Amino acid sequence: MHVDKDLVAASATPLVLAILAEGENYGYAILKRVRALSAGELEWTDGMLYPLLHRLGRLGYVTTEWRTSPEGRRRKYYAITDEGRAALADQQRQWLAVTRALNDVWPGAMLTAFGEA
Amino acid sequence: MESLEARIAEWRAYVGGAPGVNGHDLDELEDHLRHQITELSAAGLTADEGFLIAVKRLGDVDGLSREFAREHSGRLWKQLLQGGEDEPARASSDWVETLAFAAAAAVAVQIARLAADAPDEEPNWLVRNISLFVLPFLAAFFARRRQLDVRGWLLTAIPFALAALAVNLYPWGADSSTEMLAALHLPVVLWFAVAYPYMGGTLLSHERRMDFVRFTGEWFIYYVLIALGGGVLMGLTAAILEPTGADVDQIAAWVVPSGAAGAVIVAAWLVEAKQRVVENMAPVLTMLFTPLFAVMLAGAAVVYAATGLGDAFDRDLVGVFDALLVVVLALVLYGMSARDPSTSPDWMDRIQLVAVVSALVLDVMVLGTMVARIGDLGFSPNRTAALGLNLVLLVNLAGAAWLSARFLMRRSTLHRLERWQTTYLPVFALWAATVVVMLPLLFSFD
Repeated sequence: MHVDKDLVAASATPLVLAILAEGENYGYAILKRVRALSAGELEWTDGMLYPLLHRLGRLGYVTTEWRTSPEGRRRKYYAITDEGRAALADQQRQWLAVTRALNDVWPGAMLTAFGEA
Repeated sequence: MESLEARIAEWRAYVGGAPGVNGHDLDELEDHLRHQITELSAAGLTADEGFLIAVKRLGDVDGLSREFAREHSGRLWKQLLQGGEDEPARASSDWVETLAFAAAAAVAVQIARLAADAPDEEPNWLVRNISLFVLPFLAAFFARRRQLDVRGWLLTAIPFALAALAVNLYPWGADSSTEMLAALHLPVVLWFAVAYPYMGGTLLSHERRMDFVRFTGEWFIYYVLIALGGGVLMGLTAAILEPTGADVDQIAAWVVPSGAAGAVIVAAWLVEAKQRVVENMAPVLTMLFTPLFAVMLAGAAVVYAATGLGDAFDRDLVGVFDALLVVVLALVLYGMSARDPSTSPDWMDRIQLVAVVSALVLDVMVLGTMVARIGDLGFSPNRTAALGLNLVLLVNLAGAAWLSARFLMRRSTLHRLERWQTTYLPVFALWAATVVVMLPLLFSFD
């Protein structure tokens, strides 16, 4: 299945925030987590994650820190802030509203989808 | 492995050459790339195959650099330079257009001077109106470049028309100080009016406002450079022509005003077209001058706090103080606009805070003295204008000091601080407009 580009873009922020809410992380691992969570159905262009992370940083949703990776390379770690958690909660409410509405018009389809998951 | 290192180095150089991507971004992307290659190698691919796939997955460089540039609006111009999707790449006809606008501004100034019999006479109306002969051309220059529609052009023209009506229809008294104040504040008002076409007909975007702040700083640098070059040129011309008996003063009296008017447009064009040059220079200049100003301000704040402003404090000194505060604010604003927002607080931010807090202390002292003077002598146009300016600065500096202290303690983000400044910009414009339009009415054009 191919998920529409706009939908991927819209879900990117809540997904990344949610992953960071699990604990601080760096770019590559965040992408792997996205792939695992969506079973490969969300197609991200790897590079685009970074401008997104920087945007979250500018908005104060995440903090960043350069550290040295086990392989000895410089690696940038991202951690969620309280504001980021608040934004995530807000996003969750919005997505719930959307899924609830969709669920009401497509009762069968959504239930099956949830059943599979 | 040798060849993989070479390929990664090549890739780095290539992506690093793309506008909008800086060194830190590259480090981060390289870490990603290497991670991916290692993982693919573990899955059985050769290093070369892994490299190709990893690079492909990162996405094409144009799209990537556009995303980075969009996120870091400070680097947004680079995206425009490389011909982003919004704005068509510009040809060399740019030059012709720029020169046409510059020449138009120069001619307008000369016509005004002829009408005024300058340089023998310098009537007040010329002094009042001089910015109205130059800045409309700058506004039109940007309105054209940003391809504004008819509505955009009209909205661009309105502030200029209103300002022209106000300063020319008001019945100014003889030796009127409100008239001088209006002449002094009008260029500021009109400069903010240029912001509208510069920002492409939007006023609400904070990113664009920051772009305008950056533009202002860089325009100033270019203008000073052009003025210096022009000064050298005029000096040499004078030295060469002197023996021939030509009237050098007469020539200078014609060339200098035209040059000064034309340079306003040319500098604006240079900021847009030759951004790369000034981008290397401007952060260095702010880094050089911010500490110097911080030391000077802190020294002044300590000295005046110890001795008090006392009797030494007269009208001229108020002017000096206000000029100083405005320069500090401009330096701080510009430094912020040129700063990479993704980095954490460093020593420059501390120095800026020192400068802002010292300026705040000085401002409070100036205000105290001024309130006392007004208590003694009552309101006059000059005192009112100075009081207003100091209040406007006080609020701005207090907000900036509070937010940058919180930023340094990592309780807040640079974004907040930037928002505070960009939100505050209209206050400056409104205050300048008040001095031009309202103050003369309040003091019956005295």
